Amino acid sequence: MSVAEQPMPRARMLGRTKAAWVIFALAALLPAFAALTNDPFLTVIGTRILAFAIAAMALDLILGYGAMVSFGHAAYIGFGAYSVAILSRYGITDISLHILAAMAVSAVFATITGAISIRTRGIYFIMITLAFGQMAYFFFVSLSAFGGDDGTTLADRSTFFGTRFLESDLSLYYVTLAILIGLFLLASRLVMSRFGRVLTGTRENMTRMEAVGFRPFRYQLTAFVISGCMTSIAGVILANQAEFISPAFMSWHISGELIVMVVLGGIGNLTGAIGGAVIALLLEEIIGIFTHHWKLYFGIILILVVLYSPGGVSGLVERIRGPRK
Amino acid sequence: MTNLFILQLLNGLQFGVLLFLIAAGLTLVFGIMDFVNLAHGVLYMVGAYLMATFVAMTGSFTLGMLLAIPAALVFGLLVEYLVIRKLYHRSHLDQVLATFGLVMIVSEGVKIIWGSAPLSVPVPELLSGSIALVGPLQYPVYRLAIIATGLLAALMLYLLVNHTRIGMLLRAGATNQRMVAALGVNITRLFTMIFAFGVMLACFAGAMVAPILSVDTGMGESVLILTFVVIVIGGIGSIRGAFLGALLVAMVDTLGRTFGPILLRMVMDSSDASQVGRTLAPMLVYILMAAILFAKPDGLFGRKTT
Repeated sequence: MSVAEQPMPRARMLGRTKAAWVIFALAALLPAFAALTNDPFLTVIGTRILAFAIAAMALDLILGYGAMVSFGHAAYIGFGAYSVAILSRYGITDISLHILAAMAVSAVFATITGAISIRTRGIYFIMITLAFGQMAYFFFVSLSAFGGDDGTTLADRSTFFGTRFLESDLSLYYVTLAILIGLFLLASRLVMSRFGRVLTGTRENMTRMEAVGFRPFRYQLTAFVISGCMTSIAGVILANQAEFISPAFMSWHISGELIVMVVLGGIGNLTGAIGGAVIALLLEEIIGIFTHHWKLYFGIILILVVLYSPGGVSGLVERIRGPRK
Repeated sequence: MTNLFILQLLNGLQFGVLLFLIAAGLTLVFGIMDFVNLAHGVLYMVGAYLMATFVAMTGSFTLGMLLAIPAALVFGLLVEYLVIRKLYHRSHLDQVLATFGLVMIVSEGVKIIWGSAPLSVPVPELLSGSIALVGPLQYPVYRLAIIATGLLAALMLYLLVNHTRIGMLLRAGATNQRMVAALGVNITRLFTMIFAFGVMLACFAGAMVAPILSVDTGMGESVLILTFVVIVIGGIGSIRGAFLGALLVAMVDTLGRTFGPILLRMVMDSSDASQVGRTLAPMLVYILMAAILFAKPDGLFGRKTT
């Protein structure tokens, strides 16, 4: 599989980290901008974008660093969303517990399905993860206690350590941003650690890693589980933002869009995934202003990017700026 | 109970041959070209829509079919020429993305051209009505016709792959693509042929089911994923695997949905049984897939991938 990039020089790595902080700084200023232009809807879209940025970054962890093209990551968004709905119905309303439950369910699901999927390679892996994602989707479609196919609205958002802090869109936005930054720092540390380097090694050359004495399977499975748990946090946020849950959160189109985000931004660097989420969702919103058929144009753009701009947007930026030493 | 079982067995068989028609082309594309094609499902859908249009236009089922298949083939070749051909030597990731883009374009395009309301195709006069099987059991002639055509197609496919020159090239291409190219076979043309062939089978399947399903924009997606399960179970690139996988998946799905709740009722009370049954039934095929993969990571008839 040729998703591997050239090893990244440290200077460029730092450049990417800087770019991430620029995105975070701009994101922190967005509510002020929304207030100036008197458009509170911006904050709502912003929360959605940041939540998807979390999911895309989590996917990049395995797709970019481990060369595992998971086509079933929307399932974890669904686990997150349904954790909020199900626990809330039984009177457990705190977001910390929602996140904990979402991560626990995701860890179990990722361990079982990952153990089966990771034993396979290439096309098999893509199709199997897609099929498992679909299995989770159908489970929630038939869950009639929570609206089945139609989903259900949430009575309230999650409480925040006992307070109703998250009822305001603005505080939900900043909590999401804080979670994103926290997870970005965590993921950055992870990929620079010994664990991350072994994972990158399995991406480059599995046989060589085995010869050096590692068991790639363990590292890949661990990364797969971590990625699934992180993605489920995005689901918890999305459910709170929409105050509505349905199996649509976990349809295979969402899994596809997550891959699109990662590749659009450039794989194998966490910043790219975040940027990709911002670009993809803004593109949807902007095309959506002009036409209902945004998918048509989004599809065309997607094909053009794949055919003519390898490396996504960050690849494009690098080609324009020329090779750096 | 026996009658219900025979009825569901026939339904499963009919669904199975349908899945096989779609999976056969796709497994060749996957196996020989090492190409991930997510757009196969929407091509099946296009086949059904073209069928609906041409049948409405000509008023004849046969004429409609005779027009729909070539039209779908032209469409498939156009897609191959514009997009797919450029992706043969790209990574799987690029292929996934580009064909995902195709799915978006085609399903939205279908919505623009035909609207979101489902279309229906009348069952042809000659094949309408039901015939008596055993005792009071009736079964629609058209569904039996689908089973017969599907099995016939499977037989022809078997002869084509195992007893013709093209079939020989296909098998050779699946085993060692470079060697075949080195021996002077035009691989790109072979790929185009395989792709076109797969499109034709998928569109044929779409055209055949149009009279018994409502033709709508979601029909391609539900089938696509089941087709993937079929291919994974059967082993990528294996027509024989696709045939067995398709029957297995269709039977488990059809029988599971009907008899799952009935069997569960023996161990729990009836309202619980129907709830649990409804939840478990759609998951059965995936559990089956997981079980088979756990034992054989390359599917029943797959070659080693690593």
